[in-house]
Amino acid sequence: MTTTTVRATVSLLARKELHDALRNRWFVLYTVVFAVLALALSWIGLAGGQLYGLAGFGRTTASLINLIMLIVPLMGLTLGALSLALEREQGTLLYILAQPVVPGEVLLGKLLGLAIALTAALSIGFGLSGLLLAWRGSPIGLGAYLGLFGLTILLALLSLSLGILFSSALPRTATALGSALFAWLLLVFLGDLGLLGSALALRISVEQLFTFSLLNPLQVFKVAAILLLRSDLQVLGPAGQYAMHLYGWRLLPLSTSVLLLWTLIPLILAYLFFRRRGAL
Amino acid sequence: MALLTIEHLTKRFGTTTVLVDFSCTIEPGESVALWGPNGAGKTTLLRCVLGVLPFEGIIQIKGIDVQRQGKQARRLVGFVPQEVAFYPTLTVGETAAFFARLRGLDPEEGRRRLVQVALQDRLDQPVGTLSGGQRQRLALALALLGDPPLLLLDEPTSSLDIRSRAEFMDALQKLLAAGKTLLFSTHRFEEVEHLARRVLLLENGHLEADTTPAALARRLFPETSQYRLRLHLPERQRPEAVKTLQTHGFEVWMNGHGLEVRVSLNEKARPLTLLSRAGFEIIDFELHA
Repeated sequence: MTTTTVRATVSLLARKELHDALRNRWFVLYTVVFAVLALALSWIGLAGGQLYGLAGFGRTTASLINLIMLIVPLMGLTLGALSLALEREQGTLLYILAQPVVPGEVLLGKLLGLAIALTAALSIGFGLSGLLLAWRGSPIGLGAYLGLFGLTILLALLSLSLGILFSSALPRTATALGSALFAWLLLVFLGDLGLLGSALALRISVEQLFTFSLLNPLQVFKVAAILLLRSDLQVLGPAGQYAMHLYGWRLLPLSTSVLLLWTLIPLILAYLFFRRRGAL
Repeated sequence: MALLTIEHLTKRFGTTTVLVDFSCTIEPGESVALWGPNGAGKTTLLRCVLGVLPFEGIIQIKGIDVQRQGKQARRLVGFVPQEVAFYPTLTVGETAAFFARLRGLDPEEGRRRLVQVALQDRLDQPVGTLSGGQRQRLALALALLGDPPLLLLDEPTSSLDIRSRAEFMDALQKLLAAGKTLLFSTHRFEEVEHLARRVLLLENGHLEADTTPAALARRLFPETSQYRLRLHLPERQRPEAVKTLQTHGFEVWMNGHGLEVRVSLNEKARPLTLLSRAGFEIIDFELHA
């Protein structure tokens, strides 16, 4: 009797997922939009840098971080939300689970395939933008730029695992996708506005404001990214200064750990839901 | 040793109990039909045997527990679902190779199984463009990957036309003759009659009877020696088909969908053979007591 190792099964499912993702028109659109905007922002920033010196460059990094915070979670959440729910609705998930595989392998294969696809898409945007910055002599160091790329991949993984959680817990594609889009709105828009509103209405302290901001992974990403690119958090105001004063450079590994937790916890929950719900 | 053992299987979806304390054993080489109305629990039973649904009780295939050792147990099972769904981005050849690899087999094994179901000339065709019959044959080819001893079939012919259904049933007969064990659900008595050696009657999730096709016939058609065979043919062929059957002594009349023929117990298939040989296109048929 033949046997397949977990690694072989996961690798096969991941390759299949990658094959499908590269043919997904939404994925292609996201990739193109991200690459074009990243390139355009870098170009504009460099032009501004020539006129206004470092201030212009500061605007570039801020725009790049905002672009990442806007598009990358949308990519990860929607791809993740479609992953299991769509196959469940089409009936292919039942067919896959009827083979000699276990739910954990299916989930891991999907995660790996989509993570590779997302990394490839982000590499295109970062690669083009990086080439332009290097060619025009940008003051961003290679290490900081690669660090930002790494943080962005972590953000993509985090969004993907949240999307997969919706996909495994909710029975219909429309519900999973709707929930993912709602989560995106909540993280991107209500995160900032909610914090600002709460700070004003409840008169919360700087310490509390910083702690609350850690509940939103996008804010955690922002803190880490700014710290990486600018070496301080002055642009974040008193909350940023408080964080710098309290943690200093330990804030970077702390933020990365929080992002990793935000990736792992939804994945564990997704696995538990998927094991219970299966193909139904 | 029994190939399939089911002990005290109970399956609940929320507050609804779909299968209640179901137990049975199936020996190697048996062909067992699951018979019962919609909602009786046939599909759920097959999915529990596959180990894709959690349940209470024990299901073992060759002594392997499908819940605890699902991966090993599913190596012994080939599955043909009611609605076959394949990945639309793959071709027939790619689909066979993918599922062969998933079972840890050489992709060439996929190609061999396609030959077995006469799909070898469709290797580069996208699965989305296959006809219903071809899709079902592809599903059968995939179910045969790795030569599993047990085949589970969930109403496998429900979406097929009469010719594809006949071909599919013929393929299953050959597999049965080759020693495979079949557990299939169906709503068609003729499939039970031609394929099953044993029938499990399900009613509201309970095993009502473990019986034979002949006993099922007596239960379904008590005291009946005459049947009505309803034939679906293209409209233009119907008047000529009536004449053909009447020449052979059949009592036949037209209805809204096709023809109805009165047939006796031992010649239920004769009108089909006659019309088919005469070149008529029989789209579908039903047998009524």
